[in-house]
Amino acid sequence: MLQDKDRIFTNLYGLHSPGLEAAKKRGAWHLTKEMLDQGPDWLCDQIKASGLRGRGGAGFPTGLKWTFMPKEVRDRPHYLVVNADESEPGTCKDREIMRHDPHLLIEGCMVASRAMRAHKCYVYIRGEYIAERHALEAAVKEAYEAKLIGQNNVNGWDFDLYVHHGAGAYICGEETALLESLEGKKGQPRLKPPFPANAGLYGCPTTVNNVESIAVVPTILRRGAQWFAGFGRPNNSGTKLFCISGHVNKPCNVEEEMSITFRDLIETHCGGIRGGWENLKAVIPGGSSVPMVPAEQIMDAYMDFDTLRDLKSGLGTAAIIVMDKQTDLIKAIARLAYFYKHESCGQCTPCREGTGWMWRVMERMVKGEATHDEIDTLLDVTKQVEGHTICALGDAAAWPIQGLIRHFRPEIEERINRYRLPRAMVQGATVAAE
Amino acid sequence: MALRRFDIEAGGDSFAFKPETEEKIAFWRGKYPADKQRSAVIPLLWLAQKDNGGWLSEPAMREVADRLEMPYIRVYEVATFYTMFRLQPVGKFHVQLCGTTPCQLRGAEALKEVCTKEIGKPMYVTDDKRLSWEEVECLGACVNAPMAQINDDFYEDLTPESLSDILGRLRHGADVTPGPQIDRVNSAPEGGTTVLTDPKLFDGSRASLSALPNLPAPAAAAPAPAPTPAPRPEPAVAAPAPKDDLKRINGVGPKYEQMLYDMGITHYSQIATWSQETVDKTEELLGFKDRIDREKWVDQAKLLAAGKFDEHEREFGQGKD
Amino acid sequence: MSDTFKVNIDGQELEVPKSHTLMQACEEAGAEIPRFCYHERLSVAGNCRMCLVEWEGAPKPIASCAQLVGDLRPNRDGSAPVIRTKGAYVEKARNGVMEFLLINHPLDCPICDQGGECDLQDQAVAYGRSTSRYDENKRAVEDKYMGPLVKTIMTRCIQCTRCVRFAAEVAGVEEIGMISRGESAEITTYLEKSLTSELSGNVIDLCPVGALTSKPYAFNARPWELRETSSVDVMDAMGAAIRIDAKGDAVMRILPETNEEINEEWLSDKSRFVWDGLARQRLDRPYVRRNGKLVPVSWAEALEATKSALSVGADQIGVVAGDLIEVEQAKAALDLFRSLGVKNTDCRPAGAQYGADGVRERYILNPTLMGVEDADALLLVGTNPRVEAAVWNARIRKAWLWGDLKVAIIGEAADLTYPYEHLGVSPDALNTDAARAFLKNAKKPMIVVGEAAACRADGAAILAAAHNLALESGAIADGWAGFGMLHTAAGRVGALDAGFVPADGGKATAEILGGGLKTFVLLGADEVDLSALGAATVVYVGSHGDAGATRADIVLPSAAYSEMSATFVNTEGRVQMTNRAVQPKGEAREGWAIFRALSALVGKPLPYDTADALRAVLRGKEGENTPFSGRGYAPGAKGVAALKAGPAAASGSLGNEPFKRTIADFYLTNPIARASRTMAECSALATSLDTAMAAE
Repeated sequence: MLQDKDRIFTNLYGLHSPGLEAAKKRGAWHLTKEMLDQGPDWLCDQIKASGLRGRGGAGFPTGLKWTFMPKEVRDRPHYLVVNADESEPGTCKDREIMRHDPHLLIEGCMVASRAMRAHKCYVYIRGEYIAERHALEAAVKEAYEAKLIGQNNVNGWDFDLYVHHGAGAYICGEETALLESLEGKKGQPRLKPPFPANAGLYGCPTTVNNVESIAVVPTILRRGAQWFAGFGRPNNSGTKLFCISGHVNKPCNVEEEMSITFRDLIETHCGGIRGGWENLKAVIPGGSSVPMVPAEQIMDAYMDFDTLRDLKSGLGTAAIIVMDKQTDLIKAIARLAYFYKHESCGQCTPCREGTGWMWRVMERMVKGEATHDEIDTLLDVTKQVEGHTICALGDAAAWPIQGLIRHFRPEIEERINRYRLPRAMVQGATVAAE
Repeated sequence: MALRRFDIEAGGDSFAFKPETEEKIAFWRGKYPADKQRSAVIPLLWLAQKDNGGWLSEPAMREVADRLEMPYIRVYEVATFYTMFRLQPVGKFHVQLCGTTPCQLRGAEALKEVCTKEIGKPMYVTDDKRLSWEEVECLGACVNAPMAQINDDFYEDLTPESLSDILGRLRHGADVTPGPQIDRVNSAPEGGTTVLTDPKLFDGSRASLSALPNLPAPAAAAPAPAPTPAPRPEPAVAAPAPKDDLKRINGVGPKYEQMLYDMGITHYSQIATWSQETVDKTEELLGFKDRIDREKWVDQAKLLAAGKFDEHEREFGQGKD
Repeated sequence: MSDTFKVNIDGQELEVPKSHTLMQACEEAGAEIPRFCYHERLSVAGNCRMCLVEWEGAPKPIASCAQLVGDLRPNRDGSAPVIRTKGAYVEKARNGVMEFLLINHPLDCPICDQGGECDLQDQAVAYGRSTSRYDENKRAVEDKYMGPLVKTIMTRCIQCTRCVRFAAEVAGVEEIGMISRGESAEITTYLEKSLTSELSGNVIDLCPVGALTSKPYAFNARPWELRETSSVDVMDAMGAAIRIDAKGDAVMRILPETNEEINEEWLSDKSRFVWDGLARQRLDRPYVRRNGKLVPVSWAEALEATKSALSVGADQIGVVAGDLIEVEQAKAALDLFRSLGVKNTDCRPAGAQYGADGVRERYILNPTLMGVEDADALLLVGTNPRVEAAVWNARIRKAWLWGDLKVAIIGEAADLTYPYEHLGVSPDALNTDAARAFLKNAKKPMIVVGEAAACRADGAAILAAAHNLALESGAIADGWAGFGMLHTAAGRVGALDAGFVPADGGKATAEILGGGLKTFVLLGADEVDLSALGAATVVYVGSHGDAGATRADIVLPSAAYSEMSATFVNTEGRVQMTNRAVQPKGEAREGWAIFRALSALVGKPLPYDTADALRAVLRGKEGENTPFSGRGYAPGAKGVAALKAGPAAASGSLGNEPFKRTIADFYLTNPIARASRTMAECSALATSLDTAMAAE
């Protein structure tokens, strides 16, 4: 278990002031100038050496991503864009950083901008996070007033940070949709290539990073890459914010070591599973887009990228949705299918048409109003969506259903059988059960 | 999502921003380059919605378009794409109840019933014009589920009783307190936290480091005293293995090995998982093209990572270069 | 780095430019790639996902329309990447996309105007299932109003966004968009306002399904019932390539054909929708005025009456040719009247001051329509190409949008769909430093003078000044003839080429129509002031009952452009032929034949008995170089030498009177358009929009 001294987000719960003075006491803005003075190569090298992988879901090595930016600034300025459009169901970690530890984020933005030779950074925050936006704006104002950022600041790297907001669209968490939205358009993902590092915001070289990925950077540099790399299993380094929701006794956010086991995480921080470990049915371990993992496979699994990938799921955003045996799994997934239908941008055919189809079939399956063949048809439809779309939303919509069918097909079949029983027998069964 | 259209009738013929909003408009417009003012469209539409009683009317949308010199159709697309823009009137207090799975698992459906009972159908405005509600998708407060956003504020850890109480208070103009409605602080576990209790985190000792670790030698030698050794915690699960000998991969010599190490690529297992994209980018960094594919580094690394050194040897021969 | 790249497509290795899309490469390899959203003249959207192909080794199928060949990589062994456009993997992917496209598409093909020429229908045959697995209700979408030309049945829409991209990119009016999102996404104009583009009809061609169809053509015919005739448009002076679709004796619709040098594949709304005017207000038999009323007569009577009207003495006769005159008629009429000694002949009804000296280069668009894509600075003098040559305006916009063209105008400010520098409103702006500065650093400057400029009192001075500016600015250089006229009338250049100007000592239009003569012959000339003719006899030769026929004493009905194979020369000096799609209306005859008949009657028979013989005369003897020697090409830079000789001598100086517009109403420029109900509706709508804007 991670010790307090190794936690990066020391004000995660907002028990202390988010203001500049308190943040400085907690270590923020300490030796920032020294970091910036080292220049892009050192910064990228350190982050690469730390093993930090992106915290927004895909887990791409952050330091490596930074090096994709052009090595010198030509006619087009470079931009850092921070993805604070936290919308993946189950995920609520960036929110805590922005409202309680905003200075870590601002400092991280500045350091990361230096590493990619950018002087401007936009933080794209989801529209619903209004209090969080105000908290971040207040911290930005403090940082400007203290001349920590801005033109001719004390840290020696001209740097402007702007907070931008969305207005309710999950798809804007996809990096190119986010850029479209930031340019004042509908959030429809772009075709890739070109990748943002070549043509991103306003056609300029741009890197889009998750809030958590950026906010951990200054602390990594202060503590040393090897410190961060010392946590977790190889290739899965560092500390990580976990969001545990659903059927645990005490849902919460917590910063823990990567590769902690599911059981340790729940026992230590969440007061155990509701109704005990025998009552655990399934877990969605990385936000709604990853397939669920049944209880027996997840209980003692390491919570990290590689382990969960091997379980045909993923760490995603480390948003762990726990479901106990009283859960109607079909309904839970049908609700996710509705979510993806609601959030599809409508641009490309398979997602626009497929998400609606999948949801409608799932709704019938909740009631059992379907045939056994339709389970295979549904699976086939998810395969027709998966891999055929412009962005990953199509995959994200397909995987939860695939996970359900993979692990709980008998439950769907049972529901169908039950629906098809003569009415009297169903009623009889109900009476008998009572 | 459902079809979204302007309530033309309720929108009237005109809209004007409140005088005090002008400052905010200037604030937002100031964030974007002069030739990219279109970027301000979402913030301005949002301000217009605020000034228009919580919903966006067609004249309000046109006002924003005119200010940003955007074609109406482009702003119309934006206004109908983003669901926080409400195109029909809402109550003074508009409840956005999260219904997505994490909230559903913890009782959002019972809350929907409360809203239906106390307010009516979704998007219906009560006769006193004070309340309306709709079900929305995940609002990003899942560890505090179930929850709802009422105007700007999040109300978390709701029960049918507490939501009903809040709605009653709003209807009658009484005070309500946003945040968790049970005994917990923000996203800390109910009943209090067991972590982040070490006083040393908050007493300034974290800001006492005299120099950064890992500085390059010449830079470190000049003004700064010897770097304090970074604290090295006990790895809880498994210590990171020492670096693999990447030179075993046919095609990687000492030079490329060092470059890979510098990139943080220290293990076969990392290379084994490279996507095509990573391969491309890595080649860019190493300064050659098409070689990783040609020499099958990824396939080699898969064998090596699995410990199948013999098989690797048979198939690819001993790495040299 | 080489500019080409090797790919292996379906087992065939070929080398293609890196800038090609994979779709283009596949087509070069002979593979057919289905698509809905992709269109070679629009930006790439990549949204329909129909063009998926397999790239061996890639984790998923790739959209070939959006994949640049240069972004592909060779295989690990260095061999060319392997692309497969066929096979189970690709079939499965495309079948899946097709199924998705069809689940919410209505099964209304039997009542859909797109039926028989529908991309979705065709491709569903190749990639669709025989039955549907979709058991849910299909989506219904409300139809949208897009104006009098475009009919919408939005339930059929597959959200390919071709129309959105066309409006924004080619037409330059951001008026179509996709609102809402996900499966609720809908294509619409802003609050269902009508499109304000002169090119709106092109979205009908672009729509791959029956969502956007032609409103005037609705339910009129099925494509397989139609007889297709390739022809040339005469609604403006561009001479766009068209296809006239006819059923029996009626023209059912007009569609563009591709001519890269003229209209690419676009067509203006006037050219496309004017066809109902071909059936209305027609002069279908000869008339003679008796007792103040026009009464139908036989051809023999009408020609006899004409003969006596022409017996007043050659100097008492004036002949004016109108905007739509075909070369054959002009030639035959001119030959006849010259043989009678008539000098008062003119084909410039608005009094333009070009063409009198017979130097062709001084009245054609030497830089050519396509040449604007090579130019880097374009100065428009007294012309508004958006209304005078709408399709060319789209090409100017294209050169501005994707190339490095900058534009300046001298004349009335207008929304041209691209930005321009406004150098002045009157001709004297030609003689300013600003004009010279605009052209100064351009490598290929281009100066285009419009009809409005040439028709002014100081028209000759304007032409001379513009010509001199062109010489001075390097617009006329070896290999680049960057100076020319943009005409508005399809018949003008041809008539000028035929020499239809006053003979030595003859009168021009203004003098002819100023009165005093005894007999006037109007060859489709309706846009002229006939108020000063007094009691003189008026012979009208034309196809439609418009202003000229109303005043006429003798009406000789002639064929319209859809009813004859005739020669037209476009503004570039390009000689083109129309083709007869339907028979002339009633007793109407081709124009040249009327004058051939008349010539026999007056005892001066013309030396040709057929249209072909007439055209042989036009072409001249073997080896002789006349404007009609060749067909289908624009002389372009061949005119450099003549242009270098400088402008015709002009008297007078540049005025400061502002330019006025040549065309008051885009939709009503000629008798055919004025007879069209569709054009009348468009005109009324455009006028009401103009008024509304003026009121604001």
